[in-house]
Amino acid sequence: MNLLIKNGMAVVGDALEKKDIYIEGSKIVKIGNDIDCAADKVIDAEGKIVMPGFVDMHCHLREPGQEYKEDIASGTAAALRGGFTSVACMPNTVPPIDNAALVKYICTRAAEVDNAKVFPIGCITKGQQGKEIAEMGFMRDAGAVAFSDDGRPVSDGNIMRLALEYAASFQLLLISHCEDKALAANGVANEGLNATIAGLKGITRAAEESMVARDIVLAETLGARVHVAHVSTKGSVELVRQAKARGVAVTCETCPHYFSATDDEILSYNTNAKINPPLRTQSDVEAIIEGLRDGTIDAIATDHAPHHVDEKNLEFNLAPFGTTGFETAFSLAYTNLVETDIIDIVKLSRLMSANPARILGIGSGTLAVGERADITVIDPEKSFTVDSGKFASKGKNSLFNGWKLHGAVSAVIVDGMEKEIKNYD
Amino acid sequence: MLKRKDLLGLKDVTREEIEEILSTAEQMRKILDQNVKKTPHLQGKNVTTLFYENSTRTRTSFESAAKIMGANAINISASASSVSKGETLIDTGKNLDALLTDVIIIRHPMSGAPHLLAKNVRASVINAGDGLNEHPTQALLDIYTMKEKFGTLDGLKVVIAGDIKHSRVARSNIWGLRKLGASVTVCAPKTLLPACMEEMDVAVSCRLDECIRDANVVMGLRMQLERQQAGLFPSIAEYNAYYGLTAARLNLADSDAIVMHPGPVNRGVELTSEVADGEQSYILRQVTNGLAVRMALLFLLTRSKA
Repeated sequence: MNLLIKNGMAVVGDALEKKDIYIEGSKIVKIGNDIDCAADKVIDAEGKIVMPGFVDMHCHLREPGQEYKEDIASGTAAALRGGFTSVACMPNTVPPIDNAALVKYICTRAAEVDNAKVFPIGCITKGQQGKEIAEMGFMRDAGAVAFSDDGRPVSDGNIMRLALEYAASFQLLLISHCEDKALAANGVANEGLNATIAGLKGITRAAEESMVARDIVLAETLGARVHVAHVSTKGSVELVRQAKARGVAVTCETCPHYFSATDDEILSYNTNAKINPPLRTQSDVEAIIEGLRDGTIDAIATDHAPHHVDEKNLEFNLAPFGTTGFETAFSLAYTNLVETDIIDIVKLSRLMSANPARILGIGSGTLAVGERADITVIDPEKSFTVDSGKFASKGKNSLFNGWKLHGAVSAVIVDGMEKEIKNYD
Repeated sequence: MLKRKDLLGLKDVTREEIEEILSTAEQMRKILDQNVKKTPHLQGKNVTTLFYENSTRTRTSFESAAKIMGANAINISASASSVSKGETLIDTGKNLDALLTDVIIIRHPMSGAPHLLAKNVRASVINAGDGLNEHPTQALLDIYTMKEKFGTLDGLKVVIAGDIKHSRVARSNIWGLRKLGASVTVCAPKTLLPACMEEMDVAVSCRLDECIRDANVVMGLRMQLERQQAGLFPSIAEYNAYYGLTAARLNLADSDAIVMHPGPVNRGVELTSEVADGEQSYILRQVTNGLAVRMALLFLLTRSKA
C-alpha cells in the first residue's frame, strides 16, 4: 500500500513548510516538493497541517475490569479521533497491570482492535499497594514502556527510592503521580477561594508540590530519572524548572485542562470539573502556559479518564475524579496555545509527539524519511462545539462539553494505513 | 417579588429577595403570636423533608411551619428510606415528584447535593443544610432576629466565632449579612478557618478578645467534638480558654450586644451556661423566629408565580 499526502503544510524538523509526503508500507520514504508518483491513495491536504501523529503518554483505557467506563477498542477509537496514533495507558485497571501476563494481554487486545497503538505502563509496586516493587523487568520484556502507580502514588519514600534505583538498573522510566494523600486529606477541589465559596473540601497545592519535591530530590540523590505526571501548580512548574537547571534527569507533562480551565468550574458543582490533581487558579494556568512555552514542561498528555454517566451524575463528593481528554486535547491546545500566539504549531507538535515519544522511548514522533508513518492531518480552519454525546469514547464526562474550539483532526494514519475516524458533524 | 423555584443558598439571592422574605416573615410572626396558630396558606400542598443527616431543630421547625399553614408534611430520614438500598439522590427526587410533592426540604452531608436535586426535580427545593456549603434558612432567621433587635443591619458589627471551616451557617450568614450591609468578622484558630476567607469581604481574626470589642452581635458556632480527634485543636479546655464565649469576654462587646447560636449548644465549650442563659442571649428567640422565616419561605415558593 502506497499513500501520498499532497499539498499540505507539514511539520518537518523545526519548520512548517509546504511538503508532500510519500509513504510505502508502514514507512515514510520521501518528503519533498511536488512529489508526483503513483500511489494507491492520495490525500489532498490543501489548507491542512500535516503533523507527526500525537503520542499520549498518560491515559486510562479501563480494560481489564472496568469496561463499562471504556475499553481498549472504544478508547483507542477515541484516541484516533483526537489525532493520537500512540497512547500509553496507566495500569490502574482491575486488577492492576502489575505483571507480564497482563501487559501482554493489553498489547494483544490493542493489536486485535488495530486502532491507535497502545503502549502499556506497568505498576511500580505489586497491586499498586506501595509495598513491594513489581516485576518491572519482566513487564518491560512483555512490552511495558514505563512504570507508575498512578492515582495511588508510592507514599513510602524508601519504597520509591528502591523503585527508582531498581528501575535505573534496567534504564526504565518511572512516572510519578505526585500527591501526598495525607495532605490531600480526602479533599475534592483546589484549596482556595472557590472551594471555600462552594463549601467543598480543599486539596492544598502542597499535596502535589511536596511529592514533586521529594521525587526530584530522590532522582537527584540517586542519579535516577523520573517523569512527573500531570503538573498542575505554579509551584510544581518552578520545582521542575529549578531541578532541570541543576541537571536533574526530570521530565514532566501537563494536561489540556490545566492550561484551559480554572477551579471556577467547580462553583456549579459540575462533577466533570472534579479532576485529580484539581483544577487550580488563573495564576497556575499562567505558570503552566509559561512552563510549556519555556520548555520546563516537556509534554502535553490527556489523562483521559472516562467514567460512566451514572458515576458522574451524583453528589460532587461521590463522583469519581477525571475528565475524558482524547477528543478535545489537540483542539484545546490549538485554541488556547497556538491561536493565542503563545507557541507555534511546530512547538505544539514537539509537546504532543516528539517529546513524549522520546521520553517513553517508543521512537517516531517526527516526520522524517525512514520513520514509521504515524501521521495526523489537521484542519486549522475548522471550528466545532464539543458534544460529548458524539464521542467515540464511552466516557461522555468531558469538562469541555459545549465549548467552542478551533482546529480539528481530519485524517489519521497509523503505520502507513489511513484510519477511519468518526466525523464530528 | 420572589420568583425562584428553589432556595439553595444566600450566595445567589439578591438583597431585595432577602428583604421580601424578611418582610413576609414579619407577617408570619404575627400569626405565631395569635392564640390560634393556623393559616391556610399551604392548604393542599405537599411538603416533604428529606434529611440525610440528623436534625431535630431544623426538621421540626420546617414541619411545624408547614403544618401551621395547612400543608401535608411528610418526613423522610435517610435511615428510613431507600437510600440505604442504594437509590441515587436524583431517583429519590424524581419519586418525590411522582408523589406530587410541591416542596422538598433537603439536608445532606455533601455540599451541592440540593443543587443536584433542584436541577432534576419539578418540586421547589429548599436547602436545609448541605455539607460545608450553606444553611440559608438558619442565616435568614439569624438576620431576622438581628433586624428585629436593631431595626437595620446597616453598619452592624457581627462577630462569628468557632469552627468556621466546617460551618455552613457561617457561610450563609456571611453572604446574607454582607448583602444587607453588616460587617462580619470571623474568629477561630487557623486550623478552623477555610482558605482565602479574607477574599470573601469579611475580617478574619484569630483573637476573640480583640475582635469582640464593640460587637453588636456575637454568634457562637457548635464545635463538633470529632474535630479534636482530627487534630484541629488540642483540647476542649484550650479551645474554650481562647475561643469560648464567657461573661467576661461578652463584657468587651457593645453593652447592648446580643448572643446568638444556631444550636444545639455545647455548654462549656463555645458558650458558658451563664452566657447561653443570660439576658443577652437570643438563642431561643432565634428558634421561634425560625418558624416565621420558614413559613414565609414555604409560602413564597409555593404561591402562584403568575
